[in-house]
Amino acid sequence: MSETGHSATGYIIHHLTNLRFDLAQMKFLHGEETGGFGVVHVDTLLFSVGLGALFLWLFTKAAKSATSDVPGGLQNFCEIMVEFVDSQVKDCFHGRNPVIAPLALTIFIWVFLWNAMDLLPVDLLPAIAGVLGIPYLRSVPSTDLNSTFGLSISVLLLLYYYGFKVKGPGHFTMEILTHPFGKWLMPFNLLLRIVEDLAKPISLGLRLFGNLYAGELIFILIALLPWWIQPALSWPWAVFHLLIITLQAFIFMVLTIVYLSMAHEDH
Amino acid sequence: MNFNATLIGQMITFGLLVLFTMKYVWPPIMQAMQDRQKRIADGLASAERGVREQELAKAKAAQTLKEAKQHAAEIVAQAQKRANDIIEQSKLDARTEGDRQLVAAKAEIEQEVNRAREQLRHQVVTLAVAGASKILKREVDPAANAALLDDLVAQL
Repeated sequence: MSETGHSATGYIIHHLTNLRFDLAQMKFLHGEETGGFGVVHVDTLLFSVGLGALFLWLFTKAAKSATSDVPGGLQNFCEIMVEFVDSQVKDCFHGRNPVIAPLALTIFIWVFLWNAMDLLPVDLLPAIAGVLGIPYLRSVPSTDLNSTFGLSISVLLLLYYYGFKVKGPGHFTMEILTHPFGKWLMPFNLLLRIVEDLAKPISLGLRLFGNLYAGELIFILIALLPWWIQPALSWPWAVFHLLIITLQAFIFMVLTIVYLSMAHEDH
Repeated sequence: MNFNATLIGQMITFGLLVLFTMKYVWPPIMQAMQDRQKRIADGLASAERGVREQELAKAKAAQTLKEAKQHAAEIVAQAQKRANDIIEQSKLDARTEGDRQLVAAKAEIEQEVNRAREQLRHQVVTLAVAGASKILKREVDPAANAALLDDLVAQL
């Protein structure tokens, strides 16, 4: 809801501005101020860490009391998630790697929780923050490019790590240089590989970011409308968004598994 | 939208989350699931075994019952045969005994008859002698006429 004195543009910009802390100047940034690479999005980090902690708290609680007897509700839920992720991993990945399945579970739940923050009313958390004297707050970590690319670049690093580890440096280099056109077209192979490896994290990160950013923007736009029409629009959008947030988390997880399994396989 | 140190922070957070999940979340839940799977499999197997054992026991029980029935039938048949034998034997014994007793009785009767006849003869002789004495108005000496009397007795 737009407050008096705020134009619609100002409202939108305010909602899309992170709480920024510049490590170089050791101060919070306001309004149009910009900083270099040393700027930290405090809200993004806090919500990511909080949601990660929620995920770990839930699952460790289930894991600690995990029993092969009749499972309770929480254990059931966690087992369903674990089994779901495990079956996805087993479908795509045929090698043995103890990291991939927990990694996929972490990605799925964490990204889902990020996205789920989008379902909270757009003004709820910023309003609370405003009362507490915090000028800016973005509560959905997946609408921050730094989050989605943090994940996708980590995945890329893992791809290279496992490519090196499984195939060995020599074989790995050979693959980069000779695949897919053979050794006589080495520059093309290298170029293709560079494009491929750039496309992987960019598509992963941008897909998640784009979907959630658009979703959040539409919630913000709905919040600008008169109050009596808002439920009629935001409710269907939220229902539709339920599908999107799950699907995006799932896609991110499955693509990660697929990429990692590709890194393990010989061409 | 610009990249900044948040990216690094997110990567570190992600790494820590994955490490924690790998160490403390995934193995126990997986272990519990595998254990349960194994227990269910074991349970099913033992149920199967139980069914098979029951079938075996049933077959064995039926076999035993059949044998027992056969045995009982044999015993009954034997008993019947034995009863028949005993009856036959008793009949035979009874008949033999009867015959024997009949023969003995007959012999006794014969003896009695003979004795009676003998007595009767003597009495007849005595009577005859008495009659003769009456007729002759004198005593007939049985001793003197013993030979005659014996002859008479023999004729009677």
